[in-house]
Amino acid sequence: MNMIYFLIGCSILLALIFLAAFFWASKTGQHDDTYTPAVRILFEDEMQPENQTKSDEDQF
Amino acid sequence: MFTEKTAAIETQCYHCGDDLPSNPYAIDDRQFCCLGCQGVYRILSENNLCSYYAYNDVPGQTQKQPAAHFEYLDEPSILADLVDYMDERNTVITLYIPAIHCSSCIWLLENLYKINPAIRESRIDFLKKTVKITFKNQDISLRKVVETLVSIGYEPLISSQDLVKKQQSDRSERNLVPKIAVAGFCFGNVMLFSFPDYFGLSQLENEFRTFFGWLNIAFCIPVTFYSGRDYFISAYTNLKNRVLNLDFPLALGIAVMFIRTLAEIITDTGAGFADTLCGLVFFLLIGKWMQQRTYHHLSFERDYRSYFPVAVTMIKENKTKPLPLSELKQGDRILIRNNEIIPADAILLKGEAEIDFSFVTGEAIPVNKTLGEIVYAGGRQLGSAIELEVIKPVSQSYLTSLWNNETFFSEKDRIKTFSDTTSRYFSIVLLLIAGGSGTYWMFAADTAKAVASFTAVLIIACPCALALSSPFTLAAVLSIFDRNKFYLKSTAVVEELARIDTFVFDKTGTITNPEVAGIAFKGNITVAQKQLVNDLAVNSGHPLSRELVKLLNIKKCFSVDDYGEKIGRGISGRINGNEVKLGSSAFIGLPLINSPMSSAVHVMTNGEYLGYFLFEQQWRKGFKDLIFKLGKWADLHLVSGDQDHDKKALIPFFPTAQQMLFQQTPQHKLDYIRSLQNKGKKIMMLGDGLNDAGALRQSNVGVAVTDNINNFSPDCDAILDGASFHKLPLFIRQAKDAVTVIHASFAISLTYNTLGLYFAVQGMLSPLIAAVLMPVSTVTIILFTSIATRLYARKNKLL
Repeated sequence: MNMIYFLIGCSILLALIFLAAFFWASKTGQHDDTYTPAVRILFEDEMQPENQTKSDEDQF
Repeated sequence: MFTEKTAAIETQCYHCGDDLPSNPYAIDDRQFCCLGCQGVYRILSENNLCSYYAYNDVPGQTQKQPAAHFEYLDEPSILADLVDYMDERNTVITLYIPAIHCSSCIWLLENLYKINPAIRESRIDFLKKTVKITFKNQDISLRKVVETLVSIGYEPLISSQDLVKKQQSDRSERNLVPKIAVAGFCFGNVMLFSFPDYFGLSQLENEFRTFFGWLNIAFCIPVTFYSGRDYFISAYTNLKNRVLNLDFPLALGIAVMFIRTLAEIITDTGAGFADTLCGLVFFLLIGKWMQQRTYHHLSFERDYRSYFPVAVTMIKENKTKPLPLSELKQGDRILIRNNEIIPADAILLKGEAEIDFSFVTGEAIPVNKTLGEIVYAGGRQLGSAIELEVIKPVSQSYLTSLWNNETFFSEKDRIKTFSDTTSRYFSIVLLLIAGGSGTYWMFAADTAKAVASFTAVLIIACPCALALSSPFTLAAVLSIFDRNKFYLKSTAVVEELARIDTFVFDKTGTITNPEVAGIAFKGNITVAQKQLVNDLAVNSGHPLSRELVKLLNIKKCFSVDDYGEKIGRGISGRINGNEVKLGSSAFIGLPLINSPMSSAVHVMTNGEYLGYFLFEQQWRKGFKDLIFKLGKWADLHLVSGDQDHDKKALIPFFPTAQQMLFQQTPQHKLDYIRSLQNKGKKIMMLGDGLNDAGALRQSNVGVAVTDNINNFSPDCDAILDGASFHKLPLFIRQAKDAVTVIHASFAISLTYNTLGLYFAVQGMLSPLIAAVLMPVSTVTIILFTSIATRLYARKNKLL
């Protein structure tokens, strides 16, 4: 049963790491703007000009 | 489907979606409504940024407004006040851009570096409509950055308030989040270690009991001394001021629980109340957080400075030079261009002043000033550039001196909430019961039971559910109001809203709709002549011309030859062989006729006088209905800075003519509210302009009515979108219902408390009962308040 001491230690340590992660996130302002990143991720990195003319041709 | 779409696009500007004129501007097969939109498109296409148009149809803003001047951004002293951070190489600045409205905006503004590589990075905060730009200050100046933004159609709004300092983020809320995190973290862990004890440990596992106990103490320490600290501080300061509020029994409960947990575990006599303690603090802090949550993107504390520019153009020895507003002195000569704001009281020296004072005085019609006349600060010049001599410093001017009034220095009286009043009695009763049961067991010669029952009463009666009922109800109301475009500054405003018995309205912009004006033609005009008037007026940028074109709503079909515009007087031209003149009676060359007070545009074709167009203010949608509903139970007043030409039309709405005041200065408005308050009235003031700022501040609930919530609105308790103006009686109804919900939930939580007290006074409160009762009562309250509020909202047709 002494294993329990070790396991509890592990679980608290893990929980503390998550708590620390939360503090870090909130300190670096990751909770300040919760809307824009959701839009930002949907943008293409770079629209290739060739692709665009091609798709234009497809349309007509 | 496909053809339909192209057809729709062909009649619209590719950039902004406005209707195309008869001969649109075009490049690359794209058509534009004006040179501005075309210019933006050219810049974007040259920089390979046309994906801007791929994310949304017509994402741009119309570029018909003339651009502002930004010379002042080259002044180092101004620059230093505006930037967030600056070193030898980089500058960081946050700019507010009202035009941000869709994902294309985000995409384009975050790709600024493609237009100018000296801009290293730009990040958008969409809800606040700000962009944070980092640029290399060796390669590009701030002015150039701002001009780049203007050239692509995103003009930042830079006002004096930026200098005073950038909206400070709410400190208390920031402090609360880590406290909630710690309390939640400890609550979770403590529950884990308390469970085995509740289920009963076998003899074999008994050694864990002490271990778990000590772990629980370890978790209780940060919860009590870090997360719960504010309750002790608040209880202490309130006691010092001889006030008993809800924080006192809460702090007492937390303290007693902590001490009893400590004592029981150290002496190994019980499991303590560690999980109840952690849960209590966790739920309390969440309630507090709900109460403090406000709108980041709305500003309720703006004064004249956020309306005024940062700098003004000064004329010195025939040269113009930008000057920070704070350095403007008496006797300085200033140049005010078209669409700029006059920052201080001044005398007109040169040029034709036609000034729009609607925001300052409530006067809807632009005012003409002659040379040598005093022009008051806050007006917007509509004509061409004028020169003025400053006679009073900015802070002492007619308008701005309103902010020197004591009302702006004294904190607004804290709104007395229901929980404030009840908690005093609650605390006294609680102490009596605890003391009573303690003494009873003392006399029964059972000291252990006396201590147990005394502490147990304090623990079980800890008004957690009570403390949560207000915040959760009010937060639910706030989110319902929010959905109906009524934004409150804080939750306490809801309770004040329920007490309102008097309404005071401003006129221009509040009960009239600035966007929609009615039009009537006095005289005879044919359809063909209307066409001529329209085609002429299309060419002018004057507000009356634009309004006229909007209201006539005919398609342009002829072009104008010999177009001439006398700024502030009228326009003339030859259309399809007809001489057409539009403008004031003097411009047309009529003898001074008795034209009515509202703005009139006279029409003359081929030397023949036809009559005039008369603009009439239109009441906001639902105004009559609203007045009728409110008039049944509340007192209605009108205070307007405007002339009394609408008085006749308004008489049917207000109980007596004495309750309609016209030509009121901002100070008069404030005094009027105060005199009503001295009669014991609870007042809601509805206003929109700077001239209402004092009255809004003085009233019990000041509501700023606006058609665009991101536009300027004066210091107030709530911002109401013009589209929801007619819902006002519903909002009041909902606020009253919310108070009923709070009362009911108080009753429920008191029932739980009494139930717990039954065990507590007998000294048989086990940690298990406390651990069950506390979360159950909390959850009941949260469920009850949110569901009841929503049901009421549905009944009131707000959901």
